[in-house]
Amino acid sequence: MANVRLAPILRSSVGGAKQVIAEGTTLNEVLTHLYEQYPALKEQIQPSEELSKFVNVYINDQDVRFLKKLETPVGSSDTITLLPAMAGGR
Amino acid sequence: MGDASREILKRARQEVPEWTVAQVSSALTHQQDTAEQDVVVVDVREKHEWNEGYVPGALHVPRGFLELQIEEAVPDKSKKVVLYCAGGVRSLMAGKTLQQMGYNDVVSMAGGFGQWKGSGYKFVQPRTLDEAQSKRYSRHTLIPEVGEQGQLKLLDSKVLLIGAGGLGSPAAYYLAAAGVGTLGIIDADVVEESNLQRQILHNTGRIGQYKAESAKQTLEALNPDVKVTTYIERLDETNVARIIADYDVIVDGTDNFPTRYLLNDAALLANKPVIHGSVFRFEGQLTIFKPYEGPCYRCLYPEPPPPALAPSCAEAGVLGVLPGIIGLLQATETIKLLLEIGDPLVGRMLTYDALAGEFNELRLFRDPDCAACGTHGHPENLPTYADFCAI
Repeated sequence: MANVRLAPILRSSVGGAKQVIAEGTTLNEVLTHLYEQYPALKEQIQPSEELSKFVNVYINDQDVRFLKKLETPVGSSDTITLLPAMAGGR
Repeated sequence: MGDASREILKRARQEVPEWTVAQVSSALTHQQDTAEQDVVVVDVREKHEWNEGYVPGALHVPRGFLELQIEEAVPDKSKKVVLYCAGGVRSLMAGKTLQQMGYNDVVSMAGGFGQWKGSGYKFVQPRTLDEAQSKRYSRHTLIPEVGEQGQLKLLDSKVLLIGAGGLGSPAAYYLAAAGVGTLGIIDADVVEESNLQRQILHNTGRIGQYKAESAKQTLEALNPDVKVTTYIERLDETNVARIIADYDVIVDGTDNFPTRYLLNDAALLANKPVIHGSVFRFEGQLTIFKPYEGPCYRCLYPEPPPPALAPSCAEAGVLGVLPGIIGLLQATETIKLLLEIGDPLVGRMLTYDALAGEFNELRLFRDPDCAACGTHGHPENLPTYADFCAI
């Protein structure tokens, strides 16, 4: 189980919540459970099987691409952050 | 000089050994030749005297601040400290003070700076702030980490702002106030009414003017020390290398992915740090891309999101104050880099959620397989996705 923090652009897919809870002991399991609860998120952050290149996933403050990607273990006190690229500046 | 001061001077002369200017000069030459740091020369005169010239390599600790500042300036009390003043009197008395403070190898330069200069030895004429600048930047120069030399460094610095919009406005405004001597602003847009909710360099009377020109007017009115160079064009493959070449630091305040990728690659090739900021509704992100020291934009996001996930401010909206916060953090990081102080936000992403009132920090890593800065990276020939997600 883990807390999943969502960047604002993703929040409408979960009814506006900033943080939701999903079950699992690996990142893959947590994300799968997340998509089961909120199917719209799947399209936004992981349309294909692999993690997408325009959304970064962090466990606590670590980028999972430099851990074990989808196989990274997730503990119950861990926080997962989903952070899509943002370009706005004007 | 009264009897009492004569007596003090007599005692100081008995206890503090004196060197001639020739002895000091040969010790400094020896030190230079051998790269040893055995001797520290300290000038104890007042600021205005120091400004007239000083012995090369000397530290400046005015006698009035001697007890307060000498331990910071010369932490090692076993080092030989050569003190000098204008004529050799104040340095003798200062020598006595240092002995009392535990410095056990103190000498005074007989004849002082007057003798040094009169004997034809080399001296340094420091560059200083003029009177108006001393007043304008006094709150900077009071901070030891900035000081007069730091302020001069800022005045000599050149910062390029990509965009005079939401992020560029506050960043440029404060960089100009801080006395960053040259600001480049590239923006091809004109001021519109809908910009004024956040783009504070512009005003109602300037609607329809080029943003770069409006920015120049505001910034030069705030601080005449600042030279503003405007580029009324869009950053693209044909001009990016030419434009960024002249600058020390680049503040990225663009609103689209193609420009961010284009800038990333050009900055890697030119080895220029990019202070990256972005905003969306109530949230902002900030980091520094320092070529080959930390990750680059492509390490962080190898590809842009599809257009549906990447709305611009025009489509998604942004709380007006939000780019103010992120733009000012960009200005802060810029000044830190220029002055080489503190811990720059390299390899760290700061996120700000205005609604939650929360800052968070995430660690970023250089990707060894990065297409731009990785081991086999080629920043000169990568797609910028201009066709893919033009906004």
